[in-house]
Amino acid sequence: MLHIVACIKQVPDTKIIKMNPKTNTMDRASAPAILNPYDAHAVEEAVRLKKRYGGTVSVLTMGPPPAVKAIRKCIEIGADEGYMISDRAFAGADTLATSYALTKAIEKISKIKPVDLIICGKMTIDGDTGQVGPGIARRLDMPPLTSVNKVEEINQQEGYAVVHRKLEDGYEVIQSTMPCLMSVEKEINDVPYSSMTNMLKAARYQPIIWAVADLEGIDRVQLGLKGSPTIVSKVWAPTKPSGGTMLEGDPGEQAEKLLNVLLEKKELFTVKGGDNS
Amino acid sequence: MSEKFDCIVVGAGPAGISCAYELAKAGVKVLLLERGEYPGSKNVMGGVLYRKMMEDVIPEFWKEAPLERPVVEQRFMMLDKESAVTFGYKGMEWGQEPYNNFTVLRAKFDQWFAGKAVEQGALLVNETVVLECIVENGKVVGVRTDRPDGDLYADVVVLADGVNSLLAKSLGFHKEFRPDEVALATMEIIKLDKKTIEDRFNLEENQGTTIELFGDATKGILGTGFLYTNKDTLSIGVGSLLSGLIKHKIKPYELLEYVKNHPMIRPFIAGGEPVEYLAHMIPEGGYHSMPKVAGNGVLVVGDAAQLVNAIHREGSNLAMTSGQLAAETVLLAKEREDYSEHTLNHYRSRLMSSFVGQDMKKYKDSTHHFDKFPQYFDKYIPMMNKAASQMFTVDGSSKWEKQKKIWKDVGTAGEKLKLARDAYRAWKVMK
Repeated sequence: MLHIVACIKQVPDTKIIKMNPKTNTMDRASAPAILNPYDAHAVEEAVRLKKRYGGTVSVLTMGPPPAVKAIRKCIEIGADEGYMISDRAFAGADTLATSYALTKAIEKISKIKPVDLIICGKMTIDGDTGQVGPGIARRLDMPPLTSVNKVEEINQQEGYAVVHRKLEDGYEVIQSTMPCLMSVEKEINDVPYSSMTNMLKAARYQPIIWAVADLEGIDRVQLGLKGSPTIVSKVWAPTKPSGGTMLEGDPGEQAEKLLNVLLEKKELFTVKGGDNS
Repeated sequence: MSEKFDCIVVGAGPAGISCAYELAKAGVKVLLLERGEYPGSKNVMGGVLYRKMMEDVIPEFWKEAPLERPVVEQRFMMLDKESAVTFGYKGMEWGQEPYNNFTVLRAKFDQWFAGKAVEQGALLVNETVVLECIVENGKVVGVRTDRPDGDLYADVVVLADGVNSLLAKSLGFHKEFRPDEVALATMEIIKLDKKTIEDRFNLEENQGTTIELFGDATKGILGTGFLYTNKDTLSIGVGSLLSGLIKHKIKPYELLEYVKNHPMIRPFIAGGEPVEYLAHMIPEGGYHSMPKVAGNGVLVVGDAAQLVNAIHREGSNLAMTSGQLAAETVLLAKEREDYSEHTLNHYRSRLMSSFVGQDMKKYKDSTHHFDKFPQYFDKYIPMMNKAASQMFTVDGSSKWEKQKKIWKDVGTAGEKLKLARDAYRAWKVMK
């Protein structure tokens, strides 16, 4: 029986978030908090593996009390248990401090039930770094399998997993020992409309919440702002692309003009590793 | 697996939430279903929340609810094309406890209100559409949702599914509403600096104004407009009967643009940035359009029961009271262990003897009357503006002469008689 832990985060919906034009920071109040979309796929994959091989899915998050909502969303998707670490001491954490805190929580979860597999989303949409997953893997000394877009096989008895990793020009199939950590791409699965049974379970669900004091052997210096060496030197909103050219004429003429433009700028479309450079 | 509840409430608006709140408080196992992402995400009203009925559900709610501004002034503007006759009342007693009413933004408020019901023990499930009531042996026994394994059972189902109430319709409680029974309202939330709002509307901090607009706000067709002050936004909207829009071939958003550009309104909203655009149907058929509100295992509340007092732009308060009365009736039925129409019909009698039923009866013919006789809006309001202009323009003619001229402008003897008759008729439908 597998025990899979999915690491998730509640994020502001960056599709609609507004930037403060003066400070160039995100106006977090301007967008609703949602479950990080990549993490929904991570939880869904965990739930699918549970259905395939049997087992338990736990989700873990670090966040302020309202992040309970994101855990409930995971229960809707089909997770069995939700853990949340919430404490002022965690505030202001960068990816280094976050992966440290989550690792400590996973160690505690492992004592309740040994963990076979950790699944993370590829990255969060508010940070876009994709570093927390590999950070946890390194700290737990597990193989980090990033950019996974298919789980071919999990063999718990033999202790290995076979996955597809997305590459820029294809994919690679790799076999890893278990336990391991995967961070998954969006295309790994579709998150279906949740069943009423899960909706009711989620509506009632109260996650297990731990503060710093509940985590054993934790080094407070490595937490939160204190444990975060990252310095954000500048944040800016990308300028919206403008201009562009409208191709006029009947469809035939337009196609010809387009072809000319493409041929003119062919260096932009050169395939890596190809011989047409 | 399908779970059984004591009560399922369909729709988390003021009616549904009030009902679920009261039931949960009484220890009843209640499930509140909402189709939107969260309660309030799909709900629309101009924005006046009445203190009394809200307080009946949650005492001293103003201490924690997300309210915009307590309303200290109510203005009424009778608009002509380039003029307005305005009257109103402003009183400091409305600016302190227990207050009279508040402006609110529904997306925030409903979410908070539903949270209170959840605190009491109601179970809230969002993003779920109820497709139909499950009927067995002539009794509603549950609901079928659009989710996998989505059948849910309950002793009683409360339909708070809003103006169109497809569920009550599918039970045969009402027919498809006619265009003269529903209004379509469109509104915008316009962002404006807090200080600017207070300056423009002559307000101090934590004071609000509501302005109701009649006449040219709706290009003379039956309907009203409104302009309400929120903390740092204005709510501006306009609504009119669907039948009027159809007859005059006016698109609802054209009306909204028209009122926003009206010379009497334009200065209020100048420089503001529209941040939200909303539209919703309002049941305005009144008493005659009320569906059957109780059946075997089912009750209908709020907009779904057409409980709107169009003349006084009241609706959310009627909804809350109806939700509470439905909850009381469910408790009675639970005590008797009888969810038949016979017992549940207590809801109807309680509703009709409350202010809700009384007001529905009082104004039972008003919408139809004003719809039938368009002269109130397209003729008498302009006439009123002209008369005021005449009377207050100092041009050397005597006041006596002015009065004579105003009376002459009403028209022929026949038209004067018609005015007198219309005044009597209006008094009769409103009395």
